[in-house]
Amino acid sequence: MDIFIAIVQILDSTIRLSVPLLLACLAGLYSERAGVFDIGLEGKMLVGAFAGASAAAVFHSAFIGLGMAILMSVAFAMVHGFASITHRGNQIVSGVAINFIAAGSTIMLGQAWFQQGGRTPALQPGERFEAIVWPGADAVRDVPILGPIYSELISGHSILVYIAFLMVPFTWWVLYRTRFGLRMRAVGENPAAVDTAGISVAWLRYRALICTGILTGIAGAYLSMVQNGGFVKDMTAGKGYIALAALIFAKWRPVNAMFACLLFGFLDAASIRLQGSPLPVIGKVPAQFMQALPYVLTVILLAGFIGKAIPPRAGGVPYVKER
Amino acid sequence: MAQAAIELIGINKSFGAVRANRDINLEVARGTIHGIVGENGAGKSTLMSILYGFYQADSGEIRVGGKPVAINTSNDAIALGIGMVHQHFMLVDNFTVLENVILGAENDPLLKSSIAKARSELDRLEREYGLEVDPDAVIEELPVGLQQRVEILKALYRGAEILILDEPTGVLTPAEADHLFRILKQLKDQGKTIVLITHKLREIMAITDTVSVMRQGTMVATRVTKQTTVGELAELMVGRRVLLRVEKGQSEAGAIKLSVKNLTVKDSRGVTMVDNVSFDVRGGEIVGIAGVAGNGQSELLEAISGIRHAVSGEVMLDGKPIDLTGKADPGELRDRGLAHVPEDRHHVGLVLAFEENENSILGYHDDERYLKGLFLNVDAIMADAKDKIEKYDIRPGNPRLKTANFSGGNQQKIVLAREMEQDPGVLIVGQPTRGVDVGAIEFIHKRLIAMRDQGKAVLVVSVELDEIRSLSDRILVMFAGRVVGERGPEATEGELGLLMAGVEHQEAAE
Repeated sequence: MDIFIAIVQILDSTIRLSVPLLLACLAGLYSERAGVFDIGLEGKMLVGAFAGASAAAVFHSAFIGLGMAILMSVAFAMVHGFASITHRGNQIVSGVAINFIAAGSTIMLGQAWFQQGGRTPALQPGERFEAIVWPGADAVRDVPILGPIYSELISGHSILVYIAFLMVPFTWWVLYRTRFGLRMRAVGENPAAVDTAGISVAWLRYRALICTGILTGIAGAYLSMVQNGGFVKDMTAGKGYIALAALIFAKWRPVNAMFACLLFGFLDAASIRLQGSPLPVIGKVPAQFMQALPYVLTVILLAGFIGKAIPPRAGGVPYVKER
Repeated sequence: MAQAAIELIGINKSFGAVRANRDINLEVARGTIHGIVGENGAGKSTLMSILYGFYQADSGEIRVGGKPVAINTSNDAIALGIGMVHQHFMLVDNFTVLENVILGAENDPLLKSSIAKARSELDRLEREYGLEVDPDAVIEELPVGLQQRVEILKALYRGAEILILDEPTGVLTPAEADHLFRILKQLKDQGKTIVLITHKLREIMAITDTVSVMRQGTMVATRVTKQTTVGELAELMVGRRVLLRVEKGQSEAGAIKLSVKNLTVKDSRGVTMVDNVSFDVRGGEIVGIAGVAGNGQSELLEAISGIRHAVSGEVMLDGKPIDLTGKADPGELRDRGLAHVPEDRHHVGLVLAFEENENSILGYHDDERYLKGLFLNVDAIMADAKDKIEKYDIRPGNPRLKTANFSGGNQQKIVLAREMEQDPGVLIVGQPTRGVDVGAIEFIHKRLIAMRDQGKAVLVVSVELDEIRSLSDRILVMFAGRVVGERGPEATEGELGLLMAGVEHQEAAE
């Protein structure tokens, strides 16, 4: 039974750890499906995390925090759009710039406002998103097998976790069942076809970037208001890049994206769990190796195990009418 | 006469310094097929893009059904019942036929009802016009003929009454093209108006009611198809230019310098551009290749100069083969005495941002004469550049000036001076006087004839018929990738025009 409990606990933290990846990955899916590469997911998450924790601490409301996180993240997405859609700038350069601005400005403003070395004040209950305990979760806890699965895995997460996982079918529905989704997929493949069909390429791409901003905002809020009780500098720690890797791994499809993020989340959870404990056959493994494992696997998986990942064909190319 | 479906009045459009359309007037009658012919770059596509709202005219008026209209976006054009089948299909390759058809014409934020409506509408169009295509097929898995049908369906689905087709047969096999023409005739019978842009005269004669000819951005003539001939259209398309005949003596053809045997070249789409072409060029003669632009001359030039991969055949330079895999080392070919003046001097012949003296040795810069150890011998290069400037009368005569600041004619002289002064055995020249003023044309022609008189083999490709006739000792005519005839310099313009239009070839084939 110990092993079973351990597995449930690892899966539970898998879910918690994959949520920010999943939100960021779906965020990237919107912009890249519309033909705008977005390496600035990292920066937008960071901005969202900072804005969310700051606003929650000042206004004593988790929901105002979430709103601010989304607002600021969308604002940064619009900067990316202004540079790369309106002015046809290089999307990679614009994205990298956003990451730098986010990393610097969050620390600077944090220090100026709260004087805690770039941190925001620790969030009090009511300023964070609390875990939602599902009805009967405590009662069934002792039921074998199903009890722990219900009470640990399904129940007991914050609202943002459920939102993140609901975003998967929702994104699928938007992408394949709505007019907006059809046009968005088209503009990422062949913007000239969209243009000649009488639809504005720029406005369509801006709307996709708004979706991106909303999702990275929620991802940031999750980091600083659920996983952590406040903002810490550089707290995204490369999750935006892992999300991009997961997006490629998922071949730009929402359901695949969920599984890719769960896999990366699982590797992360396993590495935390297994740190310091001896493994069968191999023996004790250095903690650093376990921490590096998700990244090593990312490289290996991306290099050879996913087959041909064909990105949206117009990705990364600003749209210019041909002569 | 039926009421005009479209009237264009005084349309002007410039891209930077290039005037793509100047003062165009055009009237297309309702319920007819109206052809617009002209060479590549004559401004046909630009004009139609203006009509479709893809570009805005700098000045001029458009009337649809007699009413002046403003067409600022493709949406405006679609709303006026104008549909366009683009030369490069505007389809999303990994979408299904249905998805492509409804893109931009969805009647609801959710797709379900749009798809249902499109499915029944496609069914109706299929029955009415014989436009069969599987609505659930993915575009990239369809042959190009069917992809084009999807483009037509897209326009009809949007209620197009006026259909513009831009070079529709360029990617089609002859059988597919014939099917397309049957569809177009059927559409015409149903009252649709069709504008057909092409540079293929056979199509014009086969299917249109009226034809307008464009040349260098202007509309030069409109004819009733039944009352004109291919010869007249060819002449109108290519145009006569006032050109001074350059004095030249009899050629004294020597040994074979360049020999092309059974050369076949395909473009990136797999379309055969050069089809089993063979010819020789001897020392002391100028061989001219005539043809309407786009009949394989460019690809032939590129293959011979080692830039483009050839599917089969061989090219011998002084009896030794040239690497035709497209990976030939241009430096090696230069060492073997092959000089090449490319058709497109801006992209292939020159680096416009370089100074004149740098361009005047480009490609020969590792020649000992221009080197001092590891470094460029700047003094020698400058002396050499000044020498060429004097000899070729390049103006302004400043070797330090940026090449972009020279006029087209003088840029061409820079390239010619560079290639000719290397004393090559074989000189290949593409469009020697494109965009060059009259004075410089005469100079360039004299230089080419001087090369011939020195016993060099010269191959000239030009779309200017007068130029070919004035320079060549032998004239080869290319049509649809093949050499369809060889004539002496005494051949008349009409005779060559018919060959260029593929008429004799067509008759011979039938």
